[in-house]
Amino acid sequence: MILLLQYTLIFASVLLLVALGGCFSEHSGVINIGLEGIMVMGALGGALMMKFLPAGTPALVMILLVILAAVAIGMLFSLLLGVAAIRFSADQTLVGTALNLLGPAAAVVLVRAINMAENADNVSSTVVYGQAKKAFLVYIGKFEFNWFMLIALLALAASYIVLYKTKFGLRLMACGEHPQAADSVGINVYRMRYAGVLISGALGGLGGLVYITAGVSEWKFENGVAGFGFLALAVMIFGQWKPVNIGLAALLFALFRALSNVYTGIGLLDALNLPSTVYNMFPYIISLVVLVFVSKKSRAPKAEGIPYDKGQR
Amino acid sequence: MKQEKTSLLRNGAVQSLLASLLCIILGLVVGYIALLLINPAGANGAILAIVENFMTYSKSTAQLRYFGSTLVKTAPLLMCSLSVLFAYKVGLFNIGAAGQYVVGTGAALYCALGLKLPWFLCLIAAILAGAALGAVSGVLKAYCNVNEVISCIMLNWISLYAVNMLLTLVKEETSPYTFTLASTNEGAILPSLGLGALFSKNQYVGLAIPLAILTAVLVWVLLEKTKLGYELKATGCNKFAAKYCGMRERKNLILTMAIAGGLAGMGAAMLFLSGFEQWQCTQSAVPAMGFNGIAAAFLGGLNPIGAIFSSYFIQHITNGGAYVDKTMYSSQISDFISALIIYLCGFVLFFKTALNAWLNRRDEKKQAAAGKGGDGK
Repeated sequence: MILLLQYTLIFASVLLLVALGGCFSEHSGVINIGLEGIMVMGALGGALMMKFLPAGTPALVMILLVILAAVAIGMLFSLLLGVAAIRFSADQTLVGTALNLLGPAAAVVLVRAINMAENADNVSSTVVYGQAKKAFLVYIGKFEFNWFMLIALLALAASYIVLYKTKFGLRLMACGEHPQAADSVGINVYRMRYAGVLISGALGGLGGLVYITAGVSEWKFENGVAGFGFLALAVMIFGQWKPVNIGLAALLFALFRALSNVYTGIGLLDALNLPSTVYNMFPYIISLVVLVFVSKKSRAPKAEGIPYDKGQR
Repeated sequence: MKQEKTSLLRNGAVQSLLASLLCIILGLVVGYIALLLINPAGANGAILAIVENFMTYSKSTAQLRYFGSTLVKTAPLLMCSLSVLFAYKVGLFNIGAAGQYVVGTGAALYCALGLKLPWFLCLIAAILAGAALGAVSGVLKAYCNVNEVISCIMLNWISLYAVNMLLTLVKEETSPYTFTLASTNEGAILPSLGLGALFSKNQYVGLAIPLAILTAVLVWVLLEKTKLGYELKATGCNKFAAKYCGMRERKNLILTMAIAGGLAGMGAAMLFLSGFEQWQCTQSAVPAMGFNGIAAAFLGGLNPIGAIFSSYFIQHITNGGAYVDKTMYSSQISDFISALIIYLCGFVLFFKTALNAWLNRRDEKKQAAAGKGGDGK
């Protein structure tokens, strides 16, 4: 049971961070389908940082540097979407899809190159960071507390405050609802949208890092992040683009995802004797069903997906 | 003479072609830079290997044989790109081509290996399975307002796991792969039509390739020359306008997704019924074919005929990736390049606008100059 709680909380942290990222981007008016790719790149940044930091680094420095690497790489990568979608009015779905393909491909190419440079026979796409990862864990009894759980909670609180209680957040949301109106009162729509995309890059990259440190101590980048970026989008829609609702949605989805990891340990579920594939399908089926019920009265930002053109009215 | 050149540049098809070529060149250049960064020594050889693909073989029989193999994989890619572009013309982004391809595989292989049906029934089963999955996204979009991108992505994963489960029933005892068609049910192999002999006895080359090209032409006819195609495109432009004109916009949405799904499902049958590959039942990622279809669709300028060439190109460099020097680079470099090309396709609209603006400025200048020069003629 503790294991179930632990997995639920860590997966919820991943989904929460990434979904909040998507939330910022969409509130600014840019659809970010590319979160999956951004997660992979962020994870790569963090993993490489953990791999190359010397073993004796103090835990706090380690945590900060690793997070910084994931966030920075995520932001850099999200800029590819930002520039294409904001400056060049590209089709946001297309560019996002490109990021999803580009991220894992680039990560595999890079990791293989690094592995091969170290040892010519090592052609795997795996990064090992077992030792460094321990910096993130604190044991409370049997429960393995991960600092990222706290960070995700803080991110939730911060997102709520930023979006609803600050000038910046309200302006950001205005750009996603009616950019022409926002522009007419002197808000720089382009700058706000860049901000939205960059925040989504930062949170997405961080989410990717959390995902690869959840339970494992090495990551094979050929696997990408197994659709978590897309699940996060479903969480965001289920949460109706509102931070607190997103938090609750993330918990629900994470519970179903966690079941596939630990169902053998729960007597009742184990007795059902379902193949593990069924549990793998669960989160996706649930999200589809949920979407059917919540999409009718969608609260999506009105101007999302439409490139802003100053000359248009 | 100059007048003619201007009008040529203003031609939409020429602009699309130019834009696509630009995407390809830029994609290859960035890929080359990435190779240089990883290991400057072999970069030239590697990029050549990717571009040359089967031409790296010196014997012409080997060249032909591997050209045939590239074509075998081009057929399903073309079908996936047709699926994506058909939906896109109707205003839907069919990222679910990957999942529709997966259920097509499941249906085709289960009918062939489990039920021992002949090839044409397997092919039809694959089309129906893909169409059904596509229709699910269509229904969700039409009646529940679920964004088709999100529902397609969820369905991609669901179908991957479901098909893995289904095909485990017909897999080999000792390996994660499904039985081969040749050993289990020869009647399910697509007929070769004597095409295999043309490619140095590459037995996998067959019906799939002409069928895919024929389908591309049919899709073009459907979109450009029929009432149904016009209605579908009108629904894509503005579904409210289409509704007020008396078109049944919900039916059109569902029909579009079903056709798109059917195309992708058929593509899967074309590959797996050729016996070229077996399905791996432990696969943990959705096959890249459907996503590469997006690349091919946009690179082909969203034109079915263009898609024939762009699909070939994408498959050509994907296969070429297998020939890079594995001691220095990984074959994923070609995935990287095709992803770059998709990314660059996002700039096509900007490219066309900029080109037109430049042409307009040039014409204005010319007119001004002509005005100043008076009637010199």
